[in-house]
Amino acid sequence: MARNVPASTRIGFTALAWIIALILFSPILWVLLTAFKTEAEAIANTPTFFPQNFTLENFGAVQARSDYIKHATNSIIVSVGSTLIGLVIGIPAAWAMAFAPTKRTKDVLMWMLSTKMMPAVGVLIPIYLIFRDLRLLDTVHGLTIIMTLINLPIIIWMLYTYFKEIPVDILEASRMDGAELWNEIVHVLVPMAVPGIASTLLLNVILAWNEAFWTITLTSGRAGTLTAFISSFSSPQGLFLAKLSAASLLAIAPILLMGWFSQKQLVRGLTFGAVK
Amino acid sequence: MATAQTRTLSRVMMAPAVIVLLIWMIVPLVMTLWFSFQNYSLINPMMTGFAGWANYVYVIGDPSFTQALVNTLILVGGVLAITVVGGVLLAMLLDQPIWGQGLLRIIVISPFFVMPPVAALIWKNGFMHPGYGMLGHLWKFFGLQPVDWFNQYPLFSVIVIVAWQWLPFATLILLTAIQSLSEEQREAAEMDGANALNRFRYIILPHMARAITIVILIQTIFLLGIFAEIRVTTGGGPGYASTNITFLVFRTGILSNDIGAGSAGGVVAVIIANIVAIFLMRAVGKNLDA
Repeated sequence: MARNVPASTRIGFTALAWIIALILFSPILWVLLTAFKTEAEAIANTPTFFPQNFTLENFGAVQARSDYIKHATNSIIVSVGSTLIGLVIGIPAAWAMAFAPTKRTKDVLMWMLSTKMMPAVGVLIPIYLIFRDLRLLDTVHGLTIIMTLINLPIIIWMLYTYFKEIPVDILEASRMDGAELWNEIVHVLVPMAVPGIASTLLLNVILAWNEAFWTITLTSGRAGTLTAFISSFSSPQGLFLAKLSAASLLAIAPILLMGWFSQKQLVRGLTFGAVK
Repeated sequence: MATAQTRTLSRVMMAPAVIVLLIWMIVPLVMTLWFSFQNYSLINPMMTGFAGWANYVYVIGDPSFTQALVNTLILVGGVLAITVVGGVLLAMLLDQPIWGQGLLRIIVISPFFVMPPVAALIWKNGFMHPGYGMLGHLWKFFGLQPVDWFNQYPLFSVIVIVAWQWLPFATLILLTAIQSLSEEQREAAEMDGANALNRFRYIILPHMARAITIVILIQTIFLLGIFAEIRVTTGGGPGYASTNITFLVFRTGILSNDIGAGSAGGVVAVIIANIVAIFLMRAVGKNLDA
């Protein structure tokens, strides 16, 4: 954009934007810095900015205290697992709706969206009792099932908006060439659909990773994900600020990186394709 | 034109998704409705049988319900006000010719990716703690008495945390919307002599209306279900001062093991969500069609 503005205006806007951005970012910065401080330094009367005695012992302590790696593994299994199952169910459905739409396709899509509007707490108690009776409480596969169900509407909507953009003309051109249906799918459609599927995968892993209603209510020690793990720090014992920061940093760092890469797709996914 | 064969094929392809979502939507909801009319407590298994409206009377008649309902409205309304107004202003600022725009975008969006329990605990312990929180240090620096946020202003503190998480979302959506406004449109307005305020009022704001609508809709869905932020900070207290409907149902059904009353609360939560959804869809339907 080559809008001509005076340098002073530009400097003013830049400074203001950076100040606001850094204020918004400061809690994350606090985690990043505190994770490497000693507990004594973290609660010192005169706060320090950079760690004075740089230490990595918090990370070890977190692992020793409550088995960080187990919870991280649970988070990975649940978020990736639920997303993959969601894609297996969602891709055919979105594909059919995008390429063979009927009069009812719009209604079906709106209905799927409406299932997302149902408050989780409205079905918490039956799900809790069903899980208790089927011995699914505090299991990784039980949680994966729930996570698949709550994110399925978003997966289908996102895929639908991507598939919708694949030009159907290409399909017909290749049909005239006498290509078989299977070849058509493998060589023409799949390569065009892959970027959309990848974006959907990324966003849904992020959403499932950060989900904190079902993970907290349906799990405890064994199948607890990182959201449940961090919540266990809510009633602290003794010095814990630096350890909390170390655990938090490990829990949010991978998702922050993924989020930065997928911010464009995020807009589209979270607005159900309404804003691109 | 779809042939009979492709129609059958597409039905088969859609079947798993439709069936799974249909079961997910109907079975638990019917069970919630059923339980809400039963005497069913895990603590007192002797009490069984049809309860009529007793659970509803018990839940709605309790003062905690009114307070939770009011808290829910304040929480949703407060966060929406902060994030929409703040989001519009921040999006406009980021759209200006500034240095480091790409990097700024990434920094500003970051809080949205922080999982709710982490966000809540950072604010609780790192910032709002009267002893060693950063806000406490700041207050002391200016010679003021540090505030015990979660005891004195519990609901406000929760609003601050949630707004911090959702402001980036609103900003990102609105920035995307502003940037889709073509450069020609802006230049034309500028050449017509429209001043900054008029450009905002007649060009940028109408252009953003649809995106604002969507931000409000989506955030409302999520904000009605705020849970982890309350669970790990105030636990709904002191008393019921920061309990919303979601947390009240959790408290009644899961913590107090009163399945009947918890279910009645759940049904009420579903009804509220539907009222809000219908109201919002009506109020903004015009925008969505555009």
